[in-house]
This record gives sequence, structure tokens and C-alpha cells, in this order.
Amino acid sequence: MNKSASITTGGTFRFGLLLLAMPLLLWLFLLVILPHVDLFLVSMRERISYGKYEFSLINYIEFFAEPLYWNTYVRTAVMSIFATALTLIIGFPVSYYIAKVMRGKGKNVLFLMCLIPFWVSELVRTFGWMILLRESGVISNFLQWAGLADGPVEMLYNDAAIMVGLVYTSMLFMVVPLVSVLDSLDDSLIEAGYDLGGNTFTVTRDIVIPHAMPGIASGCIVVFMLTLGNYLTPNLLGGKDSLWFTEQIYTQFITRFNWESGSAFGFLLLILSSVIVWVGLKLSKQTLSETVG
Amino acid sequence: MSKKHGALRGSLLSLTALAGMVSLVSAAQAEELRLLTWGGYAPDEVVEMFEKETGIDVEVTLSNNEDMISKLRATGGGGFDLAQPSQDRIAGAQLEYGIYKPIDLGKIDNDKFIPSMLDATKSNTTVDGEVYGVPHVWGTSGLIVDTSKAAAVKDYTDLCAPEVAGKVSYRLKRPTLIGFAYAMGMDPFAAYGDEAKYQEILDAVEAKLIECKANVKTYWEGGDALLNLVRSGEVVAAMAWDTGGWKLNNDNADITFVAPKSGALGWIDTFALPRKTKNEDAAYKWINFVMQPEIAAKITASAGNFTASKGADEFADDKLKAQFQGSFPPADLDNIKWYPTVPAGLEVLEGKTLDRVKAAQSN
Repeated sequence: MNKSASITTGGTFRFGLLLLAMPLLLWLFLLVILPHVDLFLVSMRERISYGKYEFSLINYIEFFAEPLYWNTYVRTAVMSIFATALTLIIGFPVSYYIAKVMRGKGKNVLFLMCLIPFWVSELVRTFGWMILLRESGVISNFLQWAGLADGPVEMLYNDAAIMVGLVYTSMLFMVVPLVSVLDSLDDSLIEAGYDLGGNTFTVTRDIVIPHAMPGIASGCIVVFMLTLGNYLTPNLLGGKDSLWFTEQIYTQFITRFNWESGSAFGFLLLILSSVIVWVGLKLSKQTLSETVG
Repeated sequence: MSKKHGALRGSLLSLTALAGMVSLVSAAQAEELRLLTWGGYAPDEVVEMFEKETGIDVEVTLSNNEDMISKLRATGGGGFDLAQPSQDRIAGAQLEYGIYKPIDLGKIDNDKFIPSMLDATKSNTTVDGEVYGVPHVWGTSGLIVDTSKAAAVKDYTDLCAPEVAGKVSYRLKRPTLIGFAYAMGMDPFAAYGDEAKYQEILDAVEAKLIECKANVKTYWEGGDALLNLVRSGEVVAAMAWDTGGWKLNNDNADITFVAPKSGALGWIDTFALPRKTKNEDAAYKWINFVMQPEIAAKITASAGNFTASKGADEFADDKLKAQFQGSFPPADLDNIKWYPTVPAGLEVLEGKTLDRVKAAQSN
């Protein structure tokens, strides 16, 4: 209250603030809001003939009428949620170990090890997985050498490969917020929990997880958004059945020249991610300001 | 992206004049040709020779047909001085988006071109009486086959045979639809003008491709990825460009390009001027430069495909010539199906077919 009052009273101060906020405002307006408005307008028109367009909802109607687009949409959402959950399940013990069990140098080393894969680009990491998983790849050869498989084993080009790639790609974005939030948990609280007769399960459930909730929520939001919007990993690891919604948008824009339905799909993806994040926050009883701040 | 730039410029009106001056000055200092082309069409050696002869810097951007149209559409035909789309993709894109500018045939050395190819390209790229493209590189797409493991593959539909199950690959793009249609005894090019008939053909091809999906290892996207799949033996037969097959043939004599029984699909990549080209003169200079037989032979060596340059064959590599003759006995050469101009609207139908194939369950 005080702050806003002082802003409105002092004219020069207000101008200064505006000037300071200018880069942010310009960035938001020119690079976020304006393109989205344009995208929305493009999505609301229909091509009549060469260079002629008319207002229409056909692009959205088409999305609902064609089961293919629907299926891809739902599939992408479900797989993204699953990948997020998997990342959390794998990431939580790792973060707990780094934040609470390790001490001193070992802690930094472990944290660094989580970070190192991210020094190379996503493309290179994905190709790394392809080298490991492909029929003539490292794992297949190892299995044959060890006598566990008779012939070459193909592990690429299926949903499991996509999942592996997605979880691997987003692991860091789960571990970082979790480590920082677990770091802030006082050890004495955990000890007190045990002193009062709790076991590992009850202490984790009643003390560690409630405390870590903002970190879990923000980690999940970031991972979910990254996964939902990922193009490279599903495309390269998924092969002929990959079917990811971003791929669908790319195809509409680039190979079909159909900017109208591409824009509509883009908007639908935006709505999907917003709704799922909102529902997730409601279910976990978190607020966005708490999670981000 | 372009919209963002456009908006930025619009709101920073005061800066526009200044920016314009700056770009004028820099243009005067070093003349530049921004070339939007395919891999191998502008090898470093040729670019250097051109720079030495004319003093014009060449900035090469690698692309493909769809990407070229998308890039030029986004800028309304700006950002590049010369583009190289395939001849069948010019007229439609020009009618729809107006991204090209007519070619002044007087500025081109017509006698450097193979006359039949020049005429065919001119007539295919004519819109409202203006010519928009002249030919540069041509080639075909057909089958790459490892003859030691899949000698039975002679046509596109043989890719669906049980003997090669799980070991074939093709692209999920329009050449596949057209190739399969021909192999199934239909004539898609003749149906170009008749949407209902074309849809019938597409439906038949769709059913075939869905049935065939279980056979496919993966749908390839980039040429290099496919070559790797074939080289490692994971794929023994694939639908691809002729050059890829010959490249693999250099490493492994068993693998080569096979012209399918129903006919290879012939394409011609052209030179076309983007509407907002900033350096038209340099573009014409480049065209006339690379169409000289010796230079064209160097491009053939790097791209692996022959050019429309008259007399360049003499300078071409003997091995490549032998590979070409091996893949194309005279009867097959006559059987090449050249792409006619794609009418607008067909690509939407094809797109939906491809989407449905992609979404179908294979097992």
C-alpha cells in the first residue's frame, strides 16, 4: 500500500520507474503479447482463394472434428504428465540425497554431475541416446556379446524411448528447485520427527513433502511445460509412431503452409498447458505466486 | 518471426532511417549475394571462384522446398537474393503468396542451358505470362536397395513385402504418395486437375501405406539419417534420391540406386528471384557463372546430380556417369515421371492423408 501511494504521488519517480520497467514492458509487449495477438487473428481466418481470407472458426472446428488431432493432443498431454511424474519420482530421492545426506565437497560434486549433461545441446544428447538404443547400437551389441540376446535388439522408435529421452532432458529442472527447497528444511525438524516416534515413511509424508511442496510444484510446472513443448526428443526417438502435438504444429506451419490451422493448434496447446498447470496447482493446494516467488 | 521484426521496426520509426543508412553504407562496402539453396549446390570451391571473379560475397543458406517457401512467405519474399525451389513448386507458391519476381530472360545466357530442359522449366513456371524459373540441377527419386539382402525390391510397393519387414524406410512426404500411386497402377499426375479423382487415388494409397506401416523401421527426415540407416544395415531398401544411392555405392558395391519399375520421379531444381531481392545483378551473375560447363561439373561433383548446363557432362566424373548409366538403362530413362506443377489445394488433401498415415496404429 505504502509503495503504491508513493509511486502515484511522486510524478518524477513514477516516470523513472516507467523508464526502468521499459525494457521489460517492451519485451513483453513486442515479443510476447503482440505475436500472440497476431497468432490469434491468423487462427480465426479461413483461406478462400489465392491471397483471400475470411473470418471463420473453421480451424478450431477442424481440430474437434478430426479425431487424429484430438488423439495427438490428448496423447501429448497424458505422456507429458506421465513424464513429469516419472521425473519427480526419480528426481526426489536424488535431490534429497544431495541436499540432506551428502555433506561438504561431495554435495557440490554430485550437483555438478547433474549439471554436466546440460553443457551439451539437447540435439547432441538425443543423438547420444540414439547411439545407445539403436539396433546396431551400444546396448544391443552388449546384450548380444553377453549372450542375453540372440540377434540385434531394437530399442529405438517407441514410446518408452521417448519417455527415457524426455525424463533425461528435464531431470535438471526438477532437481534444482528440489535441492534448494530441501536445503532450506532444518535438519532438527526431521530429527524431531524421528524422536517423536515417526518412521521414514511418516517423516517423509508429514514433514519433508509438505515443506518441499513449493519446490515440487515449481519443478513439475517447468518440467511439464518443457515436455509438452518439446519437439526434438519425441521426433527423433519416437520414429514412425511419435505423434507429438508440437510436431503437428510444425507440420502445419512449415510443410503444409497452413498458418491458419497451425496458429489454432498453437493456441490450443497454450490453453492445454495453462489448464493443466492450473488444475495441478489446485490439486496440490499451491498458488502460483507462492511457487514462483 | 517476421511479424515480430515488423512490429519492432514499426514502433521504432525514428531508428528506421538511421538503420537504412547504415545498411546502405555496408552494402556499398561489400556486395553480397544471399543464396537460399540445397546442400551441395554451392560448394566452397565455386563460391570462392565466384568471389574472386566478381568480388561479390556469397552467403549460402541451406534449405528444402517447404522451408524455402515458408522462409520467403514469412518475409514476403525478402531476406534472400536468389532461391532454388523445385520447378513444380514455383507457380503455386507465386499465385498464393507472391514471393517471386519474374526472371528477365535477356540477362541470362540462354545458350548455356540444355534447350529441352530450359523450355520445360519455363513453361512449368510461367504465371500470367511471366517466367519465374530457369533450371539448374536435376535428378530423380526412386529406391536405394542393398542388392545382397533385398534384391527382390524392384518397385515402391515391394517395400511392403514380408521379406523386408522392419527393414525399410521412406519419407512421409508427397513424393512417397505419388511413387506408391504409380506403383499401384494409377496415374496421379493425370489426376492433378481433378480433385475428386485425386482424392480417390490418395485414399487407395493411404490404405496401402497404413497396411505397409508395420514394415517400416522409421520414416526418415534428413538424407544423412537415412544414409546412416542403410550403411549400418538396419535398413535394406528405402525410397530416396538417386545421389544417396550412388554415394553409398562408393562405399559398398552391393548398395545402389534402382529406378523403380513404375518409373523414377524426376525433379528439376531451379533459380528463382525472391520478390524483394536486394541484389538482382549479382543473382544473374551467379546464374551465368555456375552454368558454365566446367563450373557446373564441379557442382555435379559436390551435389551428385547432373545440371542443366550444356556440355557439362564432358567434365563430369566418370564413376558418377557409370553409376548413372547402371541405374538408368535407356528404357528407365524414358520412363522417368517429371513432376508437373502442383495445383493449389492438392497439398491440403495430401497433408491430411499423410497425417492419417502417421497416426495409424502399425501393430
